[in-house]
Amino acid sequence: MIKMTKTMTYLLGGVAASVIASTALADEIKIATGITGNAAENLAKIVAPWEEATGHTVTLVPMPSSTTDQFSQFRLWLAAGNSDIDLYRTDVIWAPQLADQFIDLSEAAGDLVNEHFPSVIESQTVNGKLVALPMFTAAPALYYRTDLLEKYDAEVPTTWEELSATAQRIQDAERAAGKDDMWGFVWQGNAYEGLTCNGLEWVKSFGGGQIIEPDGTISINNPAAIAAVELAASWVGTITPEGVLAYQEEESRGVWQTGNSVFMRNWPYAVNLGNSDDSAVKGSFGVAPLPSGGDHDGSAATLGGWNIAVSKYSENQDAATSLALYLGGAEAQRISAMLTGRLPTITALYDDAEVLAEVPIMEQWKDVFLEAVPRPSAPTQGAYNEVSSKFWSAVHNTLSGEGSAADNLELLEAELTDLRGDSW
Amino acid sequence: MKKHLQNVGFWCVVALIVIVSVFPFYYAVITSFKTGTSLFEVDYFITSFDLANYAQVMENKKFLRSIFNSVLIAGATVGFAMFLAVTASYALARVHFRGRSLLLMSILAVSMFPQIAVLAGLFELIRFLGIYNTPWAMILSYTIFTLPFTVWVLTTFMRDLPIEIEEAAIIDGATPWNIITQVFLPLMWPALVTTGLLAFIGAWNEFLFALTFTASEEQRTVPVAIALLSGSTEFETPWGALMAASVIVTVPLIILVLIFQQKIVSGLTAGGVKG
Amino acid sequence: MARKSGAASGNSLSAQRKRAAFWFLVPMLSALIFVAAWPLLRTIYFSFTDTSLTSLYDGRWIGFDNYLSYRELSSGRVIWKGTLVDPAWWNAVWNTVRFTFISVAFETVLGLMVALVLHQNFKGRGWVRAAILIPWAIPTIVSARMWGWMLNDQFGIINDMLLSVGLIDRKIAWTATADTAMYAVLAVDIWKTTPFMALLCLAGLQMIPRDIYEAAKVDGVHPIKVFWKVTLPLIRPALMVAIIFRSLDALRIFDLVYVLTPNSQATKTMSVIARENLFDFDKFAYGSAQSTLLFALIAIFVSAYIWLGKVDLGGNADR
Repeated sequence: MIKMTKTMTYLLGGVAASVIASTALADEIKIATGITGNAAENLAKIVAPWEEATGHTVTLVPMPSSTTDQFSQFRLWLAAGNSDIDLYRTDVIWAPQLADQFIDLSEAAGDLVNEHFPSVIESQTVNGKLVALPMFTAAPALYYRTDLLEKYDAEVPTTWEELSATAQRIQDAERAAGKDDMWGFVWQGNAYEGLTCNGLEWVKSFGGGQIIEPDGTISINNPAAIAAVELAASWVGTITPEGVLAYQEEESRGVWQTGNSVFMRNWPYAVNLGNSDDSAVKGSFGVAPLPSGGDHDGSAATLGGWNIAVSKYSENQDAATSLALYLGGAEAQRISAMLTGRLPTITALYDDAEVLAEVPIMEQWKDVFLEAVPRPSAPTQGAYNEVSSKFWSAVHNTLSGEGSAADNLELLEAELTDLRGDSW
Repeated sequence: MKKHLQNVGFWCVVALIVIVSVFPFYYAVITSFKTGTSLFEVDYFITSFDLANYAQVMENKKFLRSIFNSVLIAGATVGFAMFLAVTASYALARVHFRGRSLLLMSILAVSMFPQIAVLAGLFELIRFLGIYNTPWAMILSYTIFTLPFTVWVLTTFMRDLPIEIEEAAIIDGATPWNIITQVFLPLMWPALVTTGLLAFIGAWNEFLFALTFTASEEQRTVPVAIALLSGSTEFETPWGALMAASVIVTVPLIILVLIFQQKIVSGLTAGGVKG
Repeated sequence: MARKSGAASGNSLSAQRKRAAFWFLVPMLSALIFVAAWPLLRTIYFSFTDTSLTSLYDGRWIGFDNYLSYRELSSGRVIWKGTLVDPAWWNAVWNTVRFTFISVAFETVLGLMVALVLHQNFKGRGWVRAAILIPWAIPTIVSARMWGWMLNDQFGIINDMLLSVGLIDRKIAWTATADTAMYAVLAVDIWKTTPFMALLCLAGLQMIPRDIYEAAKVDGVHPIKVFWKVTLPLIRPALMVAIIFRSLDALRIFDLVYVLTPNSQATKTMSVIARENLFDFDKFAYGSAQSTLLFALIAIFVSAYIWLGKVDLGGNADR
């Protein structure tokens, strides 16, 4: 037994030594990201110039790519006050929920802030604190079939009503011509974060507000929002397959890319894939801003994208901040766009001929970004995940015919009021 | 004739039991020898023998580090639990005092705790002690199930030791401490090995605490590393490497279990607790 | 333990032994209080507060609000809140109970069958016993990954097997589809834990004296009748203990579900949803309430089981 205790002491001593050793390397900067493999290699290439310039090394802490899994682990590590991780790559909606755990970058960033799209910077600002710097951005758009619109002499729709009519007309005609699998419009109707994005776009573009306004008012229960959700519900089973209730991005892209839909709502990633060699729609589609509806003029696209934030528990805050500034800066975003086709958030890069030549979709997407609307993560603070889950449930119920939009949104308003309590 | 048929039926059942038990592991082994597109072809027998996946796993320093972490954590947890359990189980098995069976039952109850019930409190404790993302966090939390288990099994073993030995020692004037260290311990090595092995397996396999209390990749234990292992693109899982890693961490356990199978069976029956 | 070991010596010796026993128990008990009792009490305490993950010490006492509370809206509508009216929680309870019941039932029956086979004398019995220990020895996470691969919809061998014998006509996404996800979890759990049941049953069988069987054989009793009338009653105590340990394990299942079918409503168990609220949503106290409920459920289950089944867990009576 005594012998055993000695071994134990030795073992435990070893643990202590290894712990000390791992914190002694002050120049190793760790970034927690949800990326692995190729994407991780690309990130390594992007940070290489910074490593060279500063002499620090960057280590990636990989996690599974599912956004929800990442978020919970990251939140946990931050809540535990973990000092081993210096930077976190964050989704655009996380900033308010994690604001207290990250340092304010506004002072360090200085003029860099003004080089970005204002809407993206706004999404990362919580109570005047710049929580994270944008690395790249994304916003959805309306994909349309140029060949079919031409064949039936139709315009690219600018309102949802127009879209419904055009989609129905082309779908009917194509089916009459023997294409039984043809549908008018595919989007994402599964009960998940993506439906919050779709729903927000309908409501906002109908002039129905953005679920919860920046000042914290719950605005979802209004006639324009109800009309918007009612219209979307009318698509299911008519111009949209009923299966849409289980679709995420990839399922709708599947229908679209096999040539079975006139329109699709999706993120920029579908452009390159749609133009790949095995795609049935290669070269015969275009991209436009999403329509508006109900006499409201103003389209809305949900803001997506990823950012970089510095943990306030980091023991290498100076180096970490320097890396964050680099990753949010023009040089890194330029490399990133050229390397991966990710859309930069630096306005000037959209005029950079070399980048545009490499990533042609940037040109088209600039208009989309100007209309980008943030999800209500800033006003709802820590409650965003639940707000979003309640919103998508209400919309999903309406789409699947369980209750009218008016009833469901009224109930949602009550639930959100309850969730808010005295203040968000 | 009927007898013959019965015999055939019996051997079929035996074969079925063996195949069902072994097949998933066997399939993991043959998958781990495949690379590239052959991974995505279903084969029932070994078609290729490519060690590239193993090379990839063994070259991954962080995976090796996870194995080291797991060995260290499981070893330290078991050592700590055994140290406390040997004396405690002597008291529980050999000394009469009031409330003893209640105490035994409470200890057993702790081993049945749903881990989730202590997770919130333990998170607070670990954060307070400042040992988050260190092996200490796991050693501390694994004590919840290893300690009651070892106490329980060792108590059962110690009860069965003949009373005469102890009486002789008492007459010689031995103190309880001497009885434990000089009389009982030499007799108990087999029991200690079995208990230790079962507790070790339990700690080696634990996932919930390890997932919650580690952050950086260097601190992950084997189950966490395997659960979070992901592929070269966002939507791809590296099945070949994953299976190789699975085989690497499983083979030592299987060997241990096969060597000690007789003892493990008796340990399981004594403890009645899943190791 | 009925015999008094201190019979030969005086009272002072007995007192000395008791004192030693006390000091032997103190370190072990302190350790258990430190790592188990204290965290459990803190969890229960958190469940009555509005503590959040990021500010562990700023929680206010809110009574039973995390469990159940109601409030009246201005429109006069009454809204109930709390875990006890949360459909997601009841879905998890239902999943857990269903999982526990089905898996333990299958494991018991299959385990008993395997034990009966292993109880026969045949060549290579040791090897068969070694083989059935393999599923038990594989870490749960590893078996979840192995089965995840075998159950893969496109490249999985299970779909291939079932297709080739014609049991299914198209590939099924076992772990992803809501209808089949629970079957997948059940299959892996049953595969992994039947050996444990089998070994416990086998130990019970081996304690039955051989001559009982001999007598039955001489009397010409049908083997099936022997099983129901002799074997089963005799191994019942061992079986009851095995069942309760398995049920407790099944009620708290986390790792298999988390890795095999992540984020699936169809398989989310109580432990999974409690952890989700603790760390994924910013509802630390709410998750604590769910953890507390799971603990209470298990405590009630154990008490009821011991009381109804008259199970002797302490193992004191027969010694």
